Amino acid sequence: MTAATRDGVILEVRDLVKHFPVGGGLFSGPQAMVRAVNGVSFTIRKGETLGLVGESGCGKTTTGRCILQLERPTSGSVVFEGRDLTTMDAPELRKVRRTIQVIFQDPYSSLNPRMTVGQIVAEPMAVHGLVTDAVKRQARVRELLGRVGLLPQHAARYPHELSGGQRQRVGIARALAMEPSLIVCDEPVSALDVSIQAQIINLLEDLQAEFGLTYLFVAHDLAVVRHISDRVAVMYLGKIVELAPRKELYDEPLHPYTRALLSAVPIPDPELEMRREHIVLKGEVPSPLKPPPGCVFHPRCPVAIDRCSMEVPPLREVKPGHWAACLLA
Amino acid sequence: MAVNPAIERVTDLEEVPRRSRGQAAVADFCRRRPLGAIAAAAILLMVAVALAAPLIAPYDPVAVNFGAMLDAPSAAHWLGTDSFGRDVLSRLIHGSRTALLVGFGSSILSATLGALLGVASAYFGGRVDLYLQRVMDIFLSFPLIILALALVTILGNALPNLITAIMIPMIPRCALVIRSSALSIREMPYVDAARAAGFGHGRIILRHMLPNVMAPYLIMVTAFLGQAILLEASLSFLGLGVQEPIPAWGLMLRGAAVEFAEAAPWMAIFPGLAISLAVFAFNLFGDSLRDALDPRLRTQ
Repeated sequence: MTAATRDGVILEVRDLVKHFPVGGGLFSGPQAMVRAVNGVSFTIRKGETLGLVGESGCGKTTTGRCILQLERPTSGSVVFEGRDLTTMDAPELRKVRRTIQVIFQDPYSSLNPRMTVGQIVAEPMAVHGLVTDAVKRQARVRELLGRVGLLPQHAARYPHELSGGQRQRVGIARALAMEPSLIVCDEPVSALDVSIQAQIINLLEDLQAEFGLTYLFVAHDLAVVRHISDRVAVMYLGKIVELAPRKELYDEPLHPYTRALLSAVPIPDPELEMRREHIVLKGEVPSPLKPPPGCVFHPRCPVAIDRCSMEVPPLREVKPGHWAACLLA
Repeated sequence: MAVNPAIERVTDLEEVPRRSRGQAAVADFCRRRPLGAIAAAAILLMVAVALAAPLIAPYDPVAVNFGAMLDAPSAAHWLGTDSFGRDVLSRLIHGSRTALLVGFGSSILSATLGALLGVASAYFGGRVDLYLQRVMDIFLSFPLIILALALVTILGNALPNLITAIMIPMIPRCALVIRSSALSIREMPYVDAARAAGFGHGRIILRHMLPNVMAPYLIMVTAFLGQAILLEASLSFLGLGVQEPIPAWGLMLRGAAVEFAEAAPWMAIFPGLAISLAVFAFNLFGDSLRDALDPRLRTQ
């Protein structure tokens, strides 16, 4: 389209910051700031899947919500198909929202309990005028339900009558109904049984191939991310510490945090598991209320040097396509 | 087909004849809350009596009969007559229409408006929420009856005005309760999903949030019913409510209590009983409904 969509980049996040004020009353300002996301930048190309991993509280979900504009970022920009969402006014944003959809973690609370599956899937089509004829809309609902592995009869059901996996499929059908180009998957399988997880992941992959979808796949499960992602970004305490193509990240991690994370994944072979080296991090994740100076990871880093506590390591391209935020990388 | 057709077990899809959710809920309510069920039956009886008033009332409630003034209860006049010779039973029966009309009218209106305000307040949050809540606080600082008295004085005492006067003081009470439920609904992912889908504020509030505060809404309606009936009776008793010769329980009490308490006690006892029983039934039903629908609201 324009220069902004060069190299097929569909989404560009630049220096994204989201701080949540804590405390403070009617007259006093906030007492402190939770620095949930602290300067995150990445791009996603059309048709690829970017995995975003990190432990709880590292800001990965908030990053997703900022892209969806469910949270207004404190600063930074989210450029989608060449247009900055953060500066858009409400009516304009409403139109763009159709093309960026979301699949939530909890299939139990992400569907309105007072609406039938059919209504849930049909509503966005009616609102956005995608299918204006009510009869055709019903047909489209049945088609979408079939596409995600449900039956047409499910349209008359209420969410509480479905299983977790079935509900997640409804959530996917709802997202697909808007014919989006980017879907933010916010831990879409964490709440499901392992057997169902595989089904949902395969479904997401099939849909990606069929509709040319782009995914931002937020998760904490490294195995799942490895399976579905083209590239993977690792977050720690509101920052991206490493970003690389999947294979490189899993085979040759450059950042000590990524290495520790990967070494925590058990190998399903007791002999190997006994012999291999484990990196056990000391201490707890520091509070995002008061992130440490310098490299945010230095207090727990096994290889930290003095400079690490003073200098903030920039996310730099260590090898082509492989970015890491570590002074020693 | 390249796609994995991983359809989960579909055996449950045969259309098993199921009892509707409504029927099951009613049966469950009756079994678990017998007192509430009795109260509900009393309310239904009251509604039936009010609807069929002209058919079952033995006399015209406004017909004056100077030949039968202050008659004690007898076979002809089961509950006696008043100082104008009007049949007390007939006036009670017709009075239930006034009570229920004002009761249902003002409680449903106030709960609905309160729910809208409460949900909107919770949904928009921030400044809108802050200012709305402070306005509510001002209204809440007045006792119900004082505010209703002031309003009825300003508006006049035709029946619609009476309903308005009783409704307005109850709105903030409802808005407060609904707001607290709506605050948790607002954080639900399905509301996020609706926002992410680009739906308008109105649609999110009306379609996605309001239906999910139905439980507290119904509780507020039933809780206000008894209060509204009592308030209407009080206003009528004070002479600011329903006017003669319209039959109303509070009005019957007003005429009777002062002059004829000793000479014709039936004139005061029966309307008083009617008010007490009606309010008692509505409150009992409201309490049971609250316990059944939302145990968390018990302390309010």
